[in-house]
Amino acid sequence: MAHIELKNVTKKFGSHTALTGLNLDIADGEFFVLLGETGAGKTTTLRLIAGLEKPTEGQVFIDGVDVADWGAAERDVALVLQQYSLYPRYTVRENLEFPLKPKIRRLPDAEIKDRVARAARTLRIEHLLDRKTDRLSGGEMQRVSIGRAIVRKPRVFLMDEPLSALDAKLREALRTELKNLQMQLGATFLFVTHDQIEAMSMGDKVGVLNHGRIVQTGTPHEIYNNPRDTYVASFVGSPPMNLIDGRLVENRAVMANFELPLSGGAARTGGATDGRPLVFGIRPEDVYLESGAPVEARVHDVENHGVEKIVTLRVGDAMLRATVPARTAVEIEQPVRFAWNSDKMVMFDKGSGVSLRHTG
Amino acid sequence: MAAVRTSSEVALNRIAIVAVLVATLIFLAPIYWIASTAFKPKELAVSVPPTVLFQPEVTPFIRLFTKRVQMQKTVDPQVYEAAPWWEKRIYDGGERVLKVGKDVQLSQYPDRFMNSLIVAIVSTVLAVGMGTFTAYGFSRFKIAGEADLLFFILSTRMLPPVVVAIPMFLMYRMVGLNDSHIGLIILYIAFNLSFSVWLMKGFMDEIPKEYEEAALVDGYTRMQAFFKIVLPEAATGIAATAVFCFITAWNEYAFALIMTNRRAQTAPPFIPSQIGSGLPDWTTIAAGTFLFLLPVAIFTFLLRNHLLRGVTFGAIRK
Repeated sequence: MAHIELKNVTKKFGSHTALTGLNLDIADGEFFVLLGETGAGKTTTLRLIAGLEKPTEGQVFIDGVDVADWGAAERDVALVLQQYSLYPRYTVRENLEFPLKPKIRRLPDAEIKDRVARAARTLRIEHLLDRKTDRLSGGEMQRVSIGRAIVRKPRVFLMDEPLSALDAKLREALRTELKNLQMQLGATFLFVTHDQIEAMSMGDKVGVLNHGRIVQTGTPHEIYNNPRDTYVASFVGSPPMNLIDGRLVENRAVMANFELPLSGGAARTGGATDGRPLVFGIRPEDVYLESGAPVEARVHDVENHGVEKIVTLRVGDAMLRATVPARTAVEIEQPVRFAWNSDKMVMFDKGSGVSLRHTG
Repeated sequence: MAAVRTSSEVALNRIAIVAVLVATLIFLAPIYWIASTAFKPKELAVSVPPTVLFQPEVTPFIRLFTKRVQMQKTVDPQVYEAAPWWEKRIYDGGERVLKVGKDVQLSQYPDRFMNSLIVAIVSTVLAVGMGTFTAYGFSRFKIAGEADLLFFILSTRMLPPVVVAIPMFLMYRMVGLNDSHIGLIILYIAFNLSFSVWLMKGFMDEIPKEYEEAALVDGYTRMQAFFKIVLPEAATGIAATAVFCFITAWNEYAFALIMTNRRAQTAPPFIPSQIGSGLPDWTTIAAGTFLFLLPVAIFTFLLRNHLLRGVTFGAIRK
């Protein structure tokens, strides 16, 4: 188990900069999720910690020790990849034994047997042990992959989108299993994903990565409710946060097509001065339809999700999404009235995109 | 509609089968010719029109492996009766087998054949081995001027090798490499290496580097990861490359002819040198050629599955 720290890490591949001044602190025993779009530098971060890449600048610490001169073999981390992580010519058992047999930390045979058996039991792959890996389904393969990581009892688990190649049902099942496993082992996990639902549901802490920079680190709750900037606001959440340009005029949020009064909490946010160009952010679930509400809109589109409906409202040329209970009867082009919970509203500076709550 | 397409497909299929048969016959014709000549009685070898049906005999092979001289007079009937069956065949042809005391003197063919085996096997193993390592390096590491280096390696194949035969011969004579196994082996390695590097590079690129990285993270060195993970994955490529290198080295004629004459001479220049003066003994030459075809045929046959996948390049992944 280990504490991982990245200090001011920059990684360049030729002229392409993958990571810029990255700082990351993962506590011992934490399930840390690194969330970002494809090409944001998530995998590079993992590979730097694993020792498969060397940082151009900056340092990587494992348990307070600078591991710059340590090869991948010496770092004692386990890596689970999206695919190709199983050795193709080996059986499941051989795959599980492989990490226990290198010269630098070869275990006694009895111990190997014991650990393989225990990992197989934990992951429910005992019946597959003598099968060749090319005869496994995707979910089985990924289980074996995780098994290959846990037999080692490594200092840290690095997982690079381990669930992305699986179908939705399996992904959900394995998500729960992984989370349980992490709690059982009490291990440090660094989990990389582009799927914000995965990040929200699994992480103790989430780091949002954008273009090689960490934009925000926090608990899923913080990230969701208090996004640091418009990027995080629009990336996290499905459907994403509504973002509408406007300004503050005498305690009212004034936008191109409509305006809403602000309650005390939002109005007192630092820097929210009259006339300053802002972006108002509101989660769809904080927008509600009510007959007596102050703004009129038309229903542009309705998506039925079973327990709820996502209604797209149109005010002039502005679009706004609201999550409403499924029983709410709405039809396309029907006029409705809406308001939002302005306590939950986030104001971003128009120029920098940074939340006023974060700049203070 | 479906019926029409099916029947035209069937027709196409039949045409394809016929084409394959014709092509196979064309390719097999010389081999049939060699094989049949190798088992023919001497006087039928050059008969016009060619004899198709005959009583096959192994006398050409006996002649191939023995030293013989023409006899001036007919053999003593007592000696003939006492001789083993194969020696009688030689007497039947008006020759006798040379002996030192009781020991039959063998012809040079077994030696030359062995030379061919030594040179082809050693040069193939080394060329493929070096090619595999080089290709791995090119495939996995960032190398300054990688494309230029690869092109440079390939450029050794851009002129006919015979062009350098004379300078090579002079240099070899100067350093004492002519008529030696090691000389020919070096030559064939040089000739095959570029091919081996390029072919293996293609195969190495096909092997996901994630396998080795997983092994590295699991605590193995790069060398261990290479031998445990990459090499078994590259087996198909190695087999295909080995077949091509072996065929090239086995069949090489021009350099072998120039660079060797006795000790290290391989079978290709030796076999035609037996034509000699006067009436050439085609059946013996055919027998030598027939035996010479066997190793490469067996080698290729054993590796044929790899070879098929090899020439279609990279069917390693599912």
